[in-house]
Amino acid sequence: MDKIPILKIGHFLMVAIQVDLYDRLALNLEADLVQAVSKTSAKGVLIDISAVSIVDSFMGRILGNIAGMSKVLDADTVIVGMQPAVAITLVELGLPLKGVQTALNVEKGMELLQKKIKIVDEEAFDDDSTLQ
Amino acid sequence: MKLDTAKILQKRKKQILELWMKNQLVDFSLREDLMSNDELTVQSEELVNVLLQTLDNGNLEDVQSASFEPLYEVLESISLSRAKQGYSPRETGTFVFSLKDALLTTLQQEIKNDPLQLLEESMKVSKLIDSLGIVTFETFIKGREEVILRQTDEIAEISTPVIRVWDGIVAMPIIGTLDSSRTQVVMENLLQEIVLTSSSIAILDISGVPAVDSLVAQHLIKTVSATRLMGAECIISGIRPEIAQTVVHLGIDLSGIVTKATLASALKYAFSLMQLEVRKSIVK
Repeated sequence: MDKIPILKIGHFLMVAIQVDLYDRLALNLEADLVQAVSKTSAKGVLIDISAVSIVDSFMGRILGNIAGMSKVLDADTVIVGMQPAVAITLVELGLPLKGVQTALNVEKGMELLQKKIKIVDEEAFDDDSTLQ
Repeated sequence: MKLDTAKILQKRKKQILELWMKNQLVDFSLREDLMSNDELTVQSEELVNVLLQTLDNGNLEDVQSASFEPLYEVLESISLSRAKQGYSPRETGTFVFSLKDALLTTLQQEIKNDPLQLLEESMKVSKLIDSLGIVTFETFIKGREEVILRQTDEIAEISTPVIRVWDGIVAMPIIGTLDSSRTQVVMENLLQEIVLTSSSIAILDISGVPAVDSLVAQHLIKTVSATRLMGAECIISGIRPEIAQTVVHLGIDLSGIVTKATLASALKYAFSLMQLEVRKSIVK
């Protein structure tokens, strides 16, 4: 059975989707990813879909679901490297993925997540200092 | 005695051509600026040749006959070239219908003593030329439509340029009405350019869009959503006061989109997003 590897890099989880997702695989990814987020208490999830050239409404919904679930587990989701054709398709399908953050490539996605986490860290630090 | 119209006409080919040329040359619709007399003669001769070759008594009755195929082909090519050269429909029509005069005059001279026969043959020839006229107009209009289609394509192609205004900022001025097919082109070009230049900000300038209705707004929102999905921010600029009025009157919600009045203010906003500053250089 195919599996999409989930890599842990620092505080983030990274998923690079290199194959065209079929429904079963997408559902597995959703379940695995949520498990991984809760296990590693990751602060961010980066999904690279630069190799995905075909999406349907189901895929769009799965991506939205992952973002929503991660958010509940206190992790930001960034989708990076979307192909123009994929973006147009999603918009035409009426799935603008409102709750999902996006970036042009992995590098920029990392930057975005790091910025987020820095802010969160600073807040946490502020909380600690007030406790002392 | 049965008269063979086709034979008669074939025999008097030279005279027909001469008559036809004379008719054309006296006509006011002769356009010497578009075509020289020599060219016209060549064209006319070609048509008369093909007409008389394909003509025989069997098919004169039936204008839809397949044996007229080569004749229609020649006529179509003449009509098409005239459409492209800029002849008016009347001029092209006169070109074909003046042939009728030449043919009928010839027939009249040949069949002098039998009015009934003359009428019958004249009707046939007349019908044939009428059908030629229809073919001419059909092709003429088709030729014109091709010109229009080509121009539409050209406009669509040149009217959506993507400009790199800064490292990481692209701008796209939209000129003309946005319909769904154009939105598609606009979207594709913009997204492609965002990928190519790895820009994080796109500015969509709509100062050249004459009117914004709910459909156009829908298209704009789609484009902005698509750019956002790619991971770039999209700013809409160049919104004229009248457009702002219609947008509000139509109840279109643009609250999720950054809108600026001018390209300059959009650029300023983009700079602030990228933490760039424009400063006057200090002169010593």
